[in-house]
Amino acid sequence: MADNISYKDILFNPFSKDNPVVVQVLGICSVLAVTAKLEPAIVMGLSVIAVLAFSNVIISFMRNTIPNAIRIIVQLVVVAGLVIIVSELLKAYAYNVSLQLSVYISLIITNCILMGRLEAFAMGNRPWPAFLDGVGNGIGYAIILAIVAFFRELFGSGTLFGYQVVPDALYEAGYVNNGLMILPPMALILVACIIWVQRSYNKSLQEK
Amino acid sequence: MSKLRKLLDRAKPHFSPGGRLSALGSVFDGVETFLYTPRTTAPANNTVHIHDAIDSKRTMIMVVLALMPCFFFGMYNTGYQHWLAAGCTTFPFFDLMLYGFLAVLPRVVVAYVVGLGIEFIVAQIRKEEIQEGFLVTGLLIPMICPVEIPLWMLAVATAFSVIFVKEVFGGTGYNIFNVALVTRAFLFFAYPAQMSGDDAFVPTSTPLGFGPAVPDGFTCATPLGQVATTVGDSLSITGVDGAAITSWDAFLGLIPGCFGETSVLCILIGAVILLLSGIGSWRIMLSVAAGALLMGWVANTFASPVYPASYLTPVDQLLYGGLAFAAVFMATDPVTAARTSTGKVVYGLLIGIIAVIIRTYNNGYPEGAMLAVLLMNAFASLIDWCVVQTNISRRRARFAKLIKD
Repeated sequence: MADNISYKDILFNPFSKDNPVVVQVLGICSVLAVTAKLEPAIVMGLSVIAVLAFSNVIISFMRNTIPNAIRIIVQLVVVAGLVIIVSELLKAYAYNVSLQLSVYISLIITNCILMGRLEAFAMGNRPWPAFLDGVGNGIGYAIILAIVAFFRELFGSGTLFGYQVVPDALYEAGYVNNGLMILPPMALILVACIIWVQRSYNKSLQEK
Repeated sequence: MSKLRKLLDRAKPHFSPGGRLSALGSVFDGVETFLYTPRTTAPANNTVHIHDAIDSKRTMIMVVLALMPCFFFGMYNTGYQHWLAAGCTTFPFFDLMLYGFLAVLPRVVVAYVVGLGIEFIVAQIRKEEIQEGFLVTGLLIPMICPVEIPLWMLAVATAFSVIFVKEVFGGTGYNIFNVALVTRAFLFFAYPAQMSGDDAFVPTSTPLGFGPAVPDGFTCATPLGQVATTVGDSLSITGVDGAAITSWDAFLGLIPGCFGETSVLCILIGAVILLLSGIGSWRIMLSVAAGALLMGWVANTFASPVYPASYLTPVDQLLYGGLAFAAVFMATDPVTAARTSTGKVVYGLLIGIIAVIIRTYNNGYPEGAMLAVLLMNAFASLIDWCVVQTNISRRRARFAKLIKD
C-alpha cells in the first residue's frame, strides 16, 4: 500500500477526503459525548492523535512477529497501555479537563478509529508511514471534534474556551442560549451538517 | 371567467420554461394552484399516482378549516387569561378577541414567512412545485406553543424543523416526523424557560399598548404543571385568578395553556370536520383516547404520592394538556402516522399509553403528548411492516393448507 501512495497523501488524505469521522463514520460516540465545550474537545483530539500515532508505530514495529490469531489482543494491550499513560498525564497536568472528559479518555481504547487504523494500516506498513497515518487520522478526528465543539459551545453556552463571547447587550435584548446545543443529539445534527457541506464540495464522495 | 383567472393566464407564459421569469416558475405555479383547482392532481408523466380527486392543497384547506374553532377560541382564551391576570372582573368579548388576535398574529406571520420562505427557496433550487404541506404546519406551530414565545425563537425553531425534518428527507410527504411537533420539541429542549416556565403560559404583555396592565412578575403554571409539582395526595388545580379549575373548565378550555390546545370542545368540533371530510382517521383518534384512558386508569388505580399526576382521573388525563389536540391534529397526520388499519390502532393506542406514562411517571415533563407522538412517528413504519408481514404469512399459511387439502 505504501508503495503506490505518497507520504503526503497518507498524512493529508484523512483531513477531508478520507476523514475518519465524516467519511468512514468512525468514533461518532465520542464526538457526541465530549464536544459540548471546546476545551475538552481539543484535549480529547490531542489525546487521540498521540495514542493513534504511537500505537500505529508500535504495532508497525511488531507487525511481523504478532501471531495472526491473537493480533487483536496484542493491539488492545498496546492501545490500553498508551491510553493509561495519556490518562495519567492529563490527571497530573490538566486535572479539570480530565474531570470533564471523565470516562471518555479511557474509552479511547474502544474508539473504532484506533482499531480500524491498526488493522488496516499499521499491520501492513513500515513504522514511518504508520506514524504519518496515525497523526493524519488523529488530526482528521480532532478537526471534526473542534468544529462541532466550536458551534456547540458558541450557541449552547455563549462562550469559547470558557470565555464569554456573546455580548451582554445581546442577552439583555432577549437572546437566550440554545439548550439543545448542549444535548448530544445536536452534535449528531452538526456532524450531519459537516457531512452535507463536505459532500457538496467533494462530489466524488456522494453516495448514490 | 373572472379577472383573476385572466390575469393569471396572461402572466403564465412569462413563468413557463423559456419565459423571462421562468426561474420563479414554481412560485407562479404555487399561487395558481392555490387559487384554482388544477386540472390534474398528479404529475403528467406519472399518472398512476392519483390518490384522490382532490389535490393536496384542498386537503390542507380542510385541515385549516378544522383548526379554525380552536384558533378562534385560542384568541378568546388568550385575552381571557390576560384579563384575569390583570384582575378584571368584566370580560368584553371583542376586546378579548382583539387582544388574542394581536398577540398571536406576529407568531403566525413569523411561522409562515420563515417556513414558506424556505419552501419557496428549496422549490426554486430543486425546480419542483412548491409543496403545500406548510399551509397547515404554519398554523399549527403557533397553536401548540405558548402565545408569548419570543418571535426569534419561533423563527429559529421553524427554520430548523423545516430544513432538518422536512426538506432533507425530500419535502412534503417524505418526512418521518411531524414538522410542527419537532418545532415544538426544538423549543422545548432549547429554551425550556420560555416553553414550560411558570410565567410562560399567561400572556402578560400588552401588544401595541392594548389590554389592561398585568402586575410585574405575575406567574401561573398550567394545570399539568401544577399537578407535577403537587406534594401529597390532594390535587388542587387553580386558575390565573386563584379559583379552582374544574374538569368542565378544562373541557371548555378556559385554562392557561398553549394557544390552540386548551379547549377540548373546539378540538372535538375540529375532529368532526376532519372525520366528515374523510381526512382524519377515526381509528387513530379513538385509539389514542382509548390508550390514554386505559393508562390513566392503570395509573389512577395504583396512584402514589411520588407521582402526583397519577391522582388525575382517566378522563382528566384527556381533558388537560395537549393530549386531545395531539390525538386529533398531530397523531392523524397522514404522512407520519401508520397507514394500515390495524397499524393505526396500534399506533394510536401506544401514543395514548406513552403520553400518560410520560406525564405521570416522569415529573420532569408535565406533558408527554408531544414526545409520545414523535416517538411513535419513528415506529410507524415498523408497525406497518409488522402488520403487512403478518398478513403475508397468514395468507401463505392459508394457501399452503389449501394445496395440502
